[in-house]
Amino acid sequence: MQKSTRPVDDIGLVEPKTKHFSGTLALASGSELHGFDIVYETYGKLNKECSNAILICHALSGDHHVAGYHTPQDKKPGWWDNIIGPNKTIDTNRFFVVSPNNIGGCSGSSGPLTINPVTGSSYGPNFPLVTVKDWVKTQAMLADKLGVDVWTVIIGGSLGGMQCLEWSISYPNRVKNTFIIAAAPKLSTQNIAFNEVSRQAIRSDQNFNEGNYYESDNKPELGLMLARMLGHITYLSDDALDEKFGRELRDGEIKFGYEAEFQIESYLRYQGRAFVDRFDANSYLLLTKALDYFDPAGDTEGSLSKAMAPATAKFMIISFSSDWRFSPERSQEIVSALLEANKCVSYIEIQSTQGHDSFLMPIPRYHQVIKTALDRIAKGLDL
Amino acid sequence: MSLRTDQSLIAKWIKPNSRVLDLGCGDGTLMAYLQKNQHVSGYGLEINEENIVQCIHKGVDVIQTDLDKGLSEFNRESFDYVIMTQTLQAIYYPDKLLKEMTRVGREAIVTFPNMGHWKNRLQLALTGRMPKSKTLPYEWYNTPNIHLFTLADFERLCAKISIRILDRSTVDNEHHSSLSMKLFPNLLGEIAIYRFQQKN
Repeated sequence: MQKSTRPVDDIGLVEPKTKHFSGTLALASGSELHGFDIVYETYGKLNKECSNAILICHALSGDHHVAGYHTPQDKKPGWWDNIIGPNKTIDTNRFFVVSPNNIGGCSGSSGPLTINPVTGSSYGPNFPLVTVKDWVKTQAMLADKLGVDVWTVIIGGSLGGMQCLEWSISYPNRVKNTFIIAAAPKLSTQNIAFNEVSRQAIRSDQNFNEGNYYESDNKPELGLMLARMLGHITYLSDDALDEKFGRELRDGEIKFGYEAEFQIESYLRYQGRAFVDRFDANSYLLLTKALDYFDPAGDTEGSLSKAMAPATAKFMIISFSSDWRFSPERSQEIVSALLEANKCVSYIEIQSTQGHDSFLMPIPRYHQVIKTALDRIAKGLDL
Repeated sequence: MSLRTDQSLIAKWIKPNSRVLDLGCGDGTLMAYLQKNQHVSGYGLEINEENIVQCIHKGVDVIQTDLDKGLSEFNRESFDYVIMTQTLQAIYYPDKLLKEMTRVGREAIVTFPNMGHWKNRLQLALTGRMPKSKTLPYEWYNTPNIHLFTLADFERLCAKISIRILDRSTVDNEHHSSLSMKLFPNLLGEIAIYRFQQKN
């Protein structure tokens, strides 16, 4: 792709970087990692005062490739390219944006696919279970290496929003502002139930072999595909699915068989297959567990406002009207706790039709809210 | 940043460094003024998205809230003042919200358009139709102001629901006050401003 064909607010070609951390990392589970890598991308420049750094925390199936393109041949940019770039809502002319891939994932940071230095073969199912707390800890270690003492903003949607919440509790002096989008203070019973069905789909795949499938030609693709199909339904709203596909048939008529007949069936199968090409089943299992375990109020007798007591950041909480996976009520639980704890907090519910996935969409009001808040922060910093 | 007269009267009643909750805070002008000049802290509650963006722009912490659902998020006496300007007449259950204001705040302040102003009385008497004015510009069928009332009505409700009135003031449409207005507030005042609290 020629540079001239790209829009001016495009970030262009970007290159992932890797930092290695030697030594032993103690995890929340009690397990240890003997050295690990974090893959990350950065956009924009850290200023002299080191005051303009923004951390992007990714969700379940996200990664470090948030904006721009890796090669001129890439058909798609990073997963949140619509918001990050020169003169975009998160303006890389003003801010230094950092996006790490969390450990346990499968996009380059240490995870099940990585070689275990102790055994010399890949971790596979033996990669220890990690938690949101562990992720935040490793992100803080990356921040140290990048020379970022304090994030001016930490932004995350969904599971990324949970990392923002954890940052504000674990490292209150290292976060000025947190934007928590389409998140929840912990998973509901129903959320955990969905995750369990996903995990069982993977674990009961005949190719799963207790997670030892890397050497095999047959991978648990069917299980992972089913897990993604289920997840995908919960990310979209009933209305959005109905509007996009309705009861439309692929061939215009019912054929009385089990091939994909309705458009929604072929769409889900396509989404499932595409996911299998870029994701690892062991990672998926591990990441859904991290979601299930997240509950900061668990350390404070179930009181989220007590859990939030150490936080000094300003909070912006954003929810979406059509999101039923992490509904506006779940965001309001966070807001209530912050109000009770006398924290600085703003809250808005954005009208949307696209369900949980709304947080990835360029909804004008949504981006306007973030831009307005960032403009004010930039002004305060003389950026 | 310029305040309406009812807002500057409120500002005078609010002690510096206090905690304030502004119900229906609009674009955040009053809260921003109070934060800057009187070092208050607190939140605005607002339902309109465009207003919420304006609050964020001004650095006012704002929570999107439907006031008709009450203030159950907030604990008893968690604010020094709970204020509400020109909004009470648009609330489904004004009596319940007034009680909520005096529960959450040590003191409460409201401003509202006075239906008992002589021009309104005259319009109804002469034309037999619902009055319209600068403060009440809507038709009866499209007005957000679903509960219109007078100073006398307000004071009667306060007595009924154990609210003690601490201060009262009225201004006209140009937001001026006068001696005659002080003598005949329900006849000459177009906008009323009250400070009150729960009776012990």
